[in-house]
Amino acid sequence: MNRRSVTDPRSEKSGTTTGRRDTGRRGAAGPRDTGRRATTRRRRDRPNYAAGLGVLLWLCLVALPLYVMLGASVQSRAQYGAGGPLSFPEAFSLTNYVQDFSNGFGRYFLNTMVVTASVVAIVLILVPPLAFAIVRNRGRATSRVFRLFLLGLAIPAQAVIVPMFYVISNAGLYDNLIGVILPTAAFSLPVCALILTGTMRDITDELFEAMALDGASTRRVFFQLVVPLSRSGLATVVVFSALQAWNGFLFPLVLTQSEETKVLTLGLYNFQTQYGIDIPGLLAAVVLSTLPVLLVYLFARRALVQGLMGVGGK
Amino acid sequence: MTAAAVTGPGSGPGPGSGPGAGPGTGPADGNPKTSPGRSVARPGLGWTLPAVLFFGLFAIVPLVLVAVLSFTSWSGLGSPEFAGLDNWTALFHDPVMIKSLWLSVLLTGLGVLVQTPLSILLGVWAAGPQRNRAVLSAVFFVPLLLSATAVSVLWRALLDPNFGVPAQARWLFGDGNLLGSRTGAIGVLVLVSAWQFTPLHALIYQGATRAIPEVLYQAAAIDGAGTVRQFFHITLPQLRNSIITSVILMVVGGLTTFDTVLILTQGGPGSDTTITAYYMYQKAFKGFDFGAGAAIALLLVVVATVVSLAVVRISGYDKMAGTKDGL
Repeated sequence: MNRRSVTDPRSEKSGTTTGRRDTGRRGAAGPRDTGRRATTRRRRDRPNYAAGLGVLLWLCLVALPLYVMLGASVQSRAQYGAGGPLSFPEAFSLTNYVQDFSNGFGRYFLNTMVVTASVVAIVLILVPPLAFAIVRNRGRATSRVFRLFLLGLAIPAQAVIVPMFYVISNAGLYDNLIGVILPTAAFSLPVCALILTGTMRDITDELFEAMALDGASTRRVFFQLVVPLSRSGLATVVVFSALQAWNGFLFPLVLTQSEETKVLTLGLYNFQTQYGIDIPGLLAAVVLSTLPVLLVYLFARRALVQGLMGVGGK
Repeated sequence: MTAAAVTGPGSGPGPGSGPGAGPGTGPADGNPKTSPGRSVARPGLGWTLPAVLFFGLFAIVPLVLVAVLSFTSWSGLGSPEFAGLDNWTALFHDPVMIKSLWLSVLLTGLGVLVQTPLSILLGVWAAGPQRNRAVLSAVFFVPLLLSATAVSVLWRALLDPNFGVPAQARWLFGDGNLLGSRTGAIGVLVLVSAWQFTPLHALIYQGATRAIPEVLYQAAAIDGAGTVRQFFHITLPQLRNSIITSVILMVVGGLTTFDTVLILTQGGPGSDTTITAYYMYQKAFKGFDFGAGAAIALLLVVVATVVSLAVVRISGYDKMAGTKDGL
């Protein structure tokens, strides 16, 4: 849905340029045109060895660290020390995971889940009405609002951590999960607004008119037409904001300090600075912190990829 | 206010709508004749209010505050005191600061140079319809799922001079302390961000490649163009927009890289990988000089914005219609 609205302008543009080029070419290639048609396939079936080799190399580069990560996380420290990172785990044990859990990662896990759920909730409450107004209210003020959020896309979180620290500590929210949730949610808003306006633009005018004929109020139009028809966009928004919250590091780093408010990413960082030598334990913690995302990837790849793309996905 | 906003655009096509931007811009245009424009639901400005307030409070206000704080001296306790241009003059005489700017630009540039060709090739490859490509792509995109923190921790463990891969391959890595030298540390940072972010950009190119009209390739094949020529004369030019988008993302991402540096190098050896974003963190949250931190942050925003705008202008992206709201 998203994709369609993106490709439209592009294909329009390419349509015009290629149109020109095409006519020129066609003239030149005219006579040969008919005979070759059968062989013109976009991707030929002849294997492309260079590409194959490149892909294989990249596969090694991607897979090697992942292999080491998984392999080391199920080995004991002694075994890892003896065999090195590339060794195949002989005895499979989950002690590292159990140990991580008792060393605080259970708590961090819970905290991260609280942060993620809250951020998603805030985004889901705020963004749909915003996108609805941006798409359906054509006034100058709303287009300014939209531009404000587009501008927001360009603000990196790094730029505001100093004043954020000031605001949050003055609000008495320092070292409180709420203090992490609020800025994280705020910084997910621009991309989410962009995604959802894209989806809502695809709802046809006829549907709105039909509801208007029925005398539906704006509120009813919103809940019975707009929200149900934006499900795909909403799914993307949920995944995007959840990922932002789950993987967020900067805000927790500067806005929390105690063990009670630590999230997974911060726990990882701490683990690494304190027990950096315990590589199997550390890598088990990395796996733990990624497990939920991996599960979502396995079962809902499409939604996740769209969410990952977020702004980049256009 | 809400009521006015509701009726304003709604009655736009009518005669009395001088200031409303409605008539010209509405894509619902053409309807005034056929439909009762007024009764079609037009949510008022009030619908945007919660989001605007929230965003204003936690994004716009801090952005304004960063400018204000950059003219103050604040240690994190008590309240900030006005300090005039002190932070700024100190900043421009700070050798580490100047060096950090160059380092940021260097790392960003290297990142773009390494990741762009890789991600274009991968993306174009992954756009193919073959089944094995879909399966392999699924593996390729796994690094994207890991947080920057997890990626950095993982690589740090991998490259550990005593317990990591270098210890296994002394013939290749020498003493194995890759992060101990300037070149090594920069190389590792470039490698790790490429490992993490190439898949994202490959995804962008994959989508864009799939959107290229088939006809172009058919026409080229008729003209006898081979795969390589098709790639350079059709695929690459058609990916233009995506290249610009992706480069802007890389530039902004590169200039604000933080987690990777904090975890992998701590800005070291010495200050050899202290890029601007990390220096800001160091100044503010380690040195408790929040005024200086704010000044660096502001500078960072300005540089990132200017560079992105420059890319947009140079490439003529801003003159293309539609793509902006097309997102």
